[in-house]
Amino acid sequence: MKHEVPFITRNFGQYDTNSIDSYINIGGFSALKKALTMEGEDIAARIAAVKVKGRGGAAYDMGRKWSQARAVKGEHKVVVCNADEGEPCTFKDRELIAQDPFNLLEGMLIGGWTVQAQDGYIYMREEYRHLRPLLLNAIQQAEQKGFLGKNILGTDFEFHIHLYSGAGAYVCGEGTALIHSIEGKAGRPRMKPPFIKVSGLFSLPTCVNNVESFSIVPHLLLDEQGEYAGYGSGESIGTKLVSVGGNVVRPGVFEISFGTSVRDIIYDLAGGLPPGRSLRLIQFGGASGKISDARILDTPYGYDELKAAGVSVGSGAILVLDDRTSVLDFLRTTQAFFCHESCGQCTPCREGNLHIRLFLDKLARGEATGADIAAMKKIANIMSISSLCGLGETAQSALQSAMRIFPETFAVGGTV
Amino acid sequence: MQTAPTPTVTLTKELTAKIDQVLKSHKQDPTQLLGILLDVQDCIEQNYVPEAAAFYIAEKLPVKLSVIYDCLTFYSSLSDQPRAKYPIQLCNSIVCHVNDAASVAAAFQEILGIEIGETTYDGKFTLESVPCFGACDQAPAVRIKGKIYGHLNTREKIQQLIAQLI
Ligand SMILES: Cc1cc2nc3c(=O)[nH]c(=O)nc-3n(C[C@H](O)[C@H](O)[C@H](O)COP(=O)(O)O)c2cc1C
Ligand code: SF4
Ligand code: FES
Repeated sequence: MKHEVPFITRNFGQYDTNSIDSYINIGGFSALKKALTMEGEDIAARIAAVKVKGRGGAAYDMGRKWSQARAVKGEHKVVVCNADEGEPCTFKDRELIAQDPFNLLEGMLIGGWTVQAQDGYIYMREEYRHLRPLLLNAIQQAEQKGFLGKNILGTDFEFHIHLYSGAGAYVCGEGTALIHSIEGKAGRPRMKPPFIKVSGLFSLPTCVNNVESFSIVPHLLLDEQGEYAGYGSGESIGTKLVSVGGNVVRPGVFEISFGTSVRDIIYDLAGGLPPGRSLRLIQFGGASGKISDARILDTPYGYDELKAAGVSVGSGAILVLDDRTSVLDFLRTTQAFFCHESCGQCTPCREGNLHIRLFLDKLARGEATGADIAAMKKIANIMSISSLCGLGETAQSALQSAMRIFPETFAVGGTV
Repeated sequence: MQTAPTPTVTLTKELTAKIDQVLKSHKQDPTQLLGILLDVQDCIEQNYVPEAAAFYIAEKLPVKLSVIYDCLTFYSSLSDQPRAKYPIQLCNSIVCHVNDAASVAAAFQEILGIEIGETTYDGKFTLESVPCFGACDQAPAVRIKGKIYGHLNTREKIQQLIAQLI
């Protein structure tokens, strides 16, 4: 039986999330105290040493991001916490906010100190508005106790945290769209460059990280024994939060050691499929992720291992579907999502998503021709190479991987 | 199709006071526009941002009216059209879909006597089909005025839920 490893989630259930004193009682803010005695470069190096990759989906080297952000020149810089969590089947950041809000603030503070920013912004999806009072209270208490504001802990470090709300747009998880949204505009992505790290929020140098990415940092700084480095396998060091959902007995968020097999995650931690059901497919990393079938079960959950098996970690979501759902039904549901969420600004994504939807409908009616399948494949390819932002680039990941793994679904006239 | 009665909301003294309160709670910060519009929408029984309110906010903040309307039409959680008192948001994304969201939708439709996209004659309920709101571990789930109701796997639960709102 595989167990969860509480490293990032170790504070869950350990303190009263409405009380900063309760957080301080379990050692809260001691990582910040320590950080303020360290050079920012050393903090970034510490994160780089255990090869932490950003947990929002793109898996960018986090230590590297922080030292780059630190190197950017600017009187005024900002850090942004991406709490948009819009990928279907992804709900780990929700748990990190709900069960350990002060640790997130502490992680952002350490980020601010490291990259020498004065302001931190949390952009949280509207769908999590029930968590707003909790975060607002945490921010307010941290201000009252002097962990936020001027002269933090007697140093000349000044840092403020501001909470912003999304309003129901998945695309706002994309960095430039998120920034427009915080600025009080519609969340349409823009072309890069200029890159966010140079000119982001309010045209200031900006460092964006995911909730889980920030949440790891306080624990890492206090980890003198090297516990974190003891978890994982190969290049994937440490632990990861996964959210497992779909046709499993115990859906939920689990903190696993990298290297745990997909089978152990699905069958031990999430309780396996409902009785009598067999596995149809697994999608990794949310709606924009690729899919696989039962052949992936014995693959260790790690960046390189999943990549070699044709999928990726992405948002940390693991969607399990059993034999009651056809591949085509799955693809059509996912496609409806992207049609709804495309901002419509660029042609490949706006038109591509619409037309692939129409082709899938045609396939479901048993009317698709060989030419339709070829066109669908071509459009998916054009979208992935020529869309303006990551939404259009990854919207067809599921379709493209399905075409490889389940060719029978695309047999003309077939409705498997 | 049945439609909700749609009295136009005008800028009463009471409403301006409420909007002023919202603006104050966001420190009159124009960058907090989304939060402000969401809160104003919450003050209106029909869950939308009426034109009169949009004009008033544009003047007070200040932001361009065009920016306000760009936001109202871009973001799914905001509306410039009146909605029901209780918009019932049915998740249409994959996790709920494979946990029989179709039965949930059918039960709501049957009990309320409306289709998705329609509003009950008394303006109380609208059925909306929306993407994943992050309650996938409680699938099939619906969301009503920001509150999640999960594991709606029996008709009784749905009936109880509606009774509780009436
Ligand atoms: C369409 C789209 C949606 C995204 N949604 C999210 C999201 O909800 N949360 C998130 O952390 N990152 C999201 N990302 C990735 C972010 O743009 C960005 O890479 C990430 O927040 C950086 O933080 P990290 O390095 O800590 O992962 C999204 C990207 C795209 C293209
Ligand atoms: S790829 Fe899609 S979401 Fe991104 S800018 Fe183009 S239309 Fe908008
Ligand atoms: S899929 Fe329904 S809440 Fe996520």
